[in-house]
This record gives sequence, C-alpha cells and structure tokens, in this order.
Amino acid sequence: MNINLYCGDLVRLAAIDPEESAAAVSRFSRDSEYSRLLDSYPCRLFTKEGTKKWIEKDLEKENVIAFAIRTLSDDRLIGDVGLGGFFWNHGDTYVGIGVGEREFWGKGYGSDAMRVVLRYAFTELNLRRVTLNVFEYNPRAIRAYEKLGFQQEGRVRKYLNREGRRWDLVYMGIMKEEWLSPKISHQNL
Amino acid sequence: MDIHTSLYEGRLIRLGPIDHEKDPAIESKWTHDAEYLRLLDTAPARPVSPVEMKKKYEAIEKNIEESKNQFYFTIRLRSDDAEQNDRLVGFARLYEIEWNHGVSQIVLGIGDPRDRRKGYGTDAMNLLLRYAFAELNLFRLSTLIPEYNPGALRLFQKAGFIEEVRRRQALNRDGRFWDLIHVGLLRDEWHGA
Amino acid sequence: MLNTNIFHGTLVRLTTEDPETAGKALSGWACDSEYTRLLDKPPALLWSAKKIQSWIENSLEKGFQNGFFFEIRTLQEDRLIGFVNLIWLSWTHGDTWLGIGLGDRAYWGKGYGTDAVRVVLRYAFTELNLRRVTLGVFAYNGRAIRSYEKAGFKVEGRLRQYIARDGQRNDMIVMGVLREEWLPSAV
Repeated sequence: MNINLYCGDLVRLAAIDPEESAAAVSRFSRDSEYSRLLDSYPCRLFTKEGTKKWIEKDLEKENVIAFAIRTLSDDRLIGDVGLGGFFWNHGDTYVGIGVGEREFWGKGYGSDAMRVVLRYAFTELNLRRVTLNVFEYNPRAIRAYEKLGFQQEGRVRKYLNREGRRWDLVYMGIMKEEWLSPKISHQNL
Repeated sequence: MDIHTSLYEGRLIRLGPIDHEKDPAIESKWTHDAEYLRLLDTAPARPVSPVEMKKKYEAIEKNIEESKNQFYFTIRLRSDDAEQNDRLVGFARLYEIEWNHGVSQIVLGIGDPRDRRKGYGTDAMNLLLRYAFAELNLFRLSTLIPEYNPGALRLFQKAGFIEEVRRRQALNRDGRFWDLIHVGLLRDEWHGA
Repeated sequence: MLNTNIFHGTLVRLTTEDPETAGKALSGWACDSEYTRLLDKPPALLWSAKKIQSWIENSLEKGFQNGFFFEIRTLQEDRLIGFVNLIWLSWTHGDTWLGIGLGDRAYWGKGYGTDAVRVVLRYAFTELNLRRVTLGVFAYNGRAIRSYEKAGFKVEGRLRQYIARDGQRNDMIVMGVLREEWLPSAV
C-alpha cells in the first residue's frame, strides 16, 4: 500500500470540479480538431452552464470513474480521463482520455495520465483487462497507446464519416499480464 | 423489392410491435433460462419478472421516442393456425444509431430453444437488414458475439457480416476466458443492395 | 460450449417473481416466528404483503444496487419455497454476502436449501466471477451451518454474543468460501 495512487511523473489525477471543468470543457469545445479527435458525436459548441449540468449528472453515474488531469508542476487543469462501461463480472472496462490543452500535446502528459489510470484499473479495481477505441485519423494517440502496451485487436471498418470520407474505428486492449510484463512495466510508475 | 413489398412480413415470421399485455410473461420465461441470457448478453444473467419486463418495454418505447436512435421489433410467427399466428418468438433491435456516421448496432434473439434452428433468425435478419439499409439508409451495421456462441456467428456470417475485432479474453464465464468478437456489414456488402 | 441453464439445480431453480407474488410469499413466511428468528437479526416483525411489495418495487425503480435477488422454486412442483440473495457485493474486491431463507417448513432438512446454495455459489463463481462468498449464521441454527458446510463454506470466525433472544446470548458465526476452493470441486 505504497505510493500515491493518483500521481504520475508529470500529472496527477484529481477530482472533477463541475464549475472549473465546465469552463474548461466549454473552452476546449471551440477547438473542433480536438472535438473530432475525441468524439464521434457531431462536434458542437458547449456553454459553461449547460456543461456544468451534465458534468454534475455524470458524476452521479455509478458505472463511470472519471478524473481531472492536473499538471504536477503548476496544478493546471489540462483534460480528463475516465474508466467507464465496466464489465465487472468479466473484469474489463473502457478507458477514455482527452487532453484539451493543445500546448500539452505530444509531450507525454497524456501517456503519463494513462499510466496512472492503468495502474488504478489493475491494482485498485483489480480488473483483468482494459479496452479502448481510437479513430484511424488519430495516429499520435494510436502510437502512444501502443507504447503503453495496448495491442491492436481489429478495426470496425468505415465507422466514421467525416470530411467526405470514411474512417475506421480501431480497437485496442491490454491484459493485466501484458501490463505487468518487463517490457511494459519498466516504464510504469 | 420495391416500395410495395412489405418491410415487416417475412416467409416464416413477421416483425411486429410490442404487445404490452401478452409479451411480458413470455419474455420473462425466456429470461429464466440462463443459457438464453448468456448467449445474448455479457451482463450477469438475471431472470426478469413479468412486471419488470413490462417496465422494460415502457422504458424502451420512451427511449425510442426521446433519443431517436433506436428501433425495436418483436419477432412473431406467421401461421395459418390461429393459435400460433402472431405468437412471440423473439425480438430484434437497431440501437446506438449514430446518424451522422450512418452506423448502428444490431441484435436479435429467438427466446425459446424449441423455436431455434427453424429459420426464424435468418428470416428476421433479412427483414432487419432491408429495414436498416433501405428504410433508414444506414451505411453499416455492427454486432458483438461471444466466442462461445457459434450459432450467432453462423447466422451473421451467412448474412454477410465479417469479423472485424477480436477482444482477447474479454469474457469470463464458467471458469474460462472467451474472446468477444465484433462483426460488421457494410451496405455495399449486403446482398439485397 | 457454455453450461446450460445455471439457474437450475437438481431440486430447485432460481427465479424472479413479480413484486406482488414475492410480497405475499415473504409476508406469509414471516408469520412463522421460528423461521424469522433463525433467519434474521431484526426483531421478529409482521410486515404486510403490501408493504413488502412496495419495498421490492422501490428497489426495482432504483436499480439493484450491489446485489442480486432471487426467489427459489422447486423443479418438480414449481412451488415457491424461499429466497436467496447476494448482497453488499464489492466488484473490486470480488466479495459478496449470501442470505437465504426457506419459508416453507415442509422443505426443511431435505436438501433443498443446500441445493439452492450450490446453485448460487456456481452463479457467484462462474457468472459473476467473484473471489469469495461470505455469510453470517446464528450459532443456534445448526441445520443451516451443516448445510453451508456441505456446500463448501468454512467457519472463519465468530461474533461473540451477537444475538440476544429468549434470555440467551448467542454468537453469529461468519463463514466463507474461496473461489480457489470451490472451482476445482465443481468444474
């Protein structure tokens, strides 16, 4: 029962504050590239007030565990990460992450948050595997997930229709044994 | 196939609306067979009482009305025998529809084991695919099939679905692990196209 | 490929009854004070069928929180004879507490309870994939203790002088069964 379960090297997982998160999510929604990397739903602009309401409702959901991502250096809110859609009886769940602050893209912050969440999933929730899906047009994320130990498990063909063409939905999964294996665990926290 | 061909009448079965009076007791009985539930769904198998089933139907219709991304059908027998005609044998759903991408999940189930292997599933599948592609104008359909359900795999593969994703050892039942398989069908691949 | 109907044992099956049916049965059984005092810690009390029905309906509204609730019917006559629950279920630790009551005295001491416990343990270990199942039983309920032991439970401890009834204090015995113990014997 060592370390602080919520801390990585660059970020920590924190509670979601509806007021603060609503402001951030609303601001992030003005970046359509971000929305379209994150979500299959038609991208749209959120108000702070509307967002606050659904964040509060979301926090009451039992089948979701979500965290705010804050930088360790200056406690900045840069995005959120969550586990949801638990298959408790099978020991599997979905993970989803979004780093809305562009200046933190491509610098390891997202991966660090994912490492913390995977450790949480495997050592606190005692799950057997974690699943995610990611869009074909998000190669940066796919590479990052592979480095973290996720294996590609297939593609839901031509699922997305954006910018006049169709794109696959890539499914990836990581088993607890893979997460524990020396190749992956040496980079773990 | 044209506008004048019924969307709902198959050879052996037809697609019909929920009968809130008769159907709950019948579907409740299906759910007391754990094999049926475990073939169909990954959630812990749990029998459902007729009263609860009735509430589920009401929630489904409410969801269809509000979310506008689901369609629900009962599968009912076609028969010259008045007793058997319109008997509930299964259900089918198109759900989690993402209209902007033209995609949907599909599921169907034949409740009583004695009604399986009679062609009702194939017949229902043909009607559903036509509804999805020629009425809703969807682009592709997806479904999830557990590795331990070869009957469903055969049904969907016969209809043209292709294996796309294999979630390794995602399921744990009866003390062993099983893959969860995604299969998909694009409109261009549908033989009714 | 899968075991067929895991709701079925050899003598009984697990069901879910309409709230009205369950309410009537539970209320009727509670009139047998020996039954309630073997079963339950709260003072023996006579709730009406209507009241119990409304509790069940409320649970349905809220969604079952951390528990699985079944009634027990005999396979042969399809008679409603009791209930069995898994409650306080913790998914992350893989543990749950078992509660069972056979309200119909005619079915005591004939293996029906043990069969129901075996069905529920199989459910807990091969459908819910839990790691252990726990239960509490009063020291004066010898028949139940033997039944649990037959089904695989081991005594893990005693809460001393937990129950006070008829001028006596009695222990509650805590029993548990682990997945590793149960799986090899069953599969």
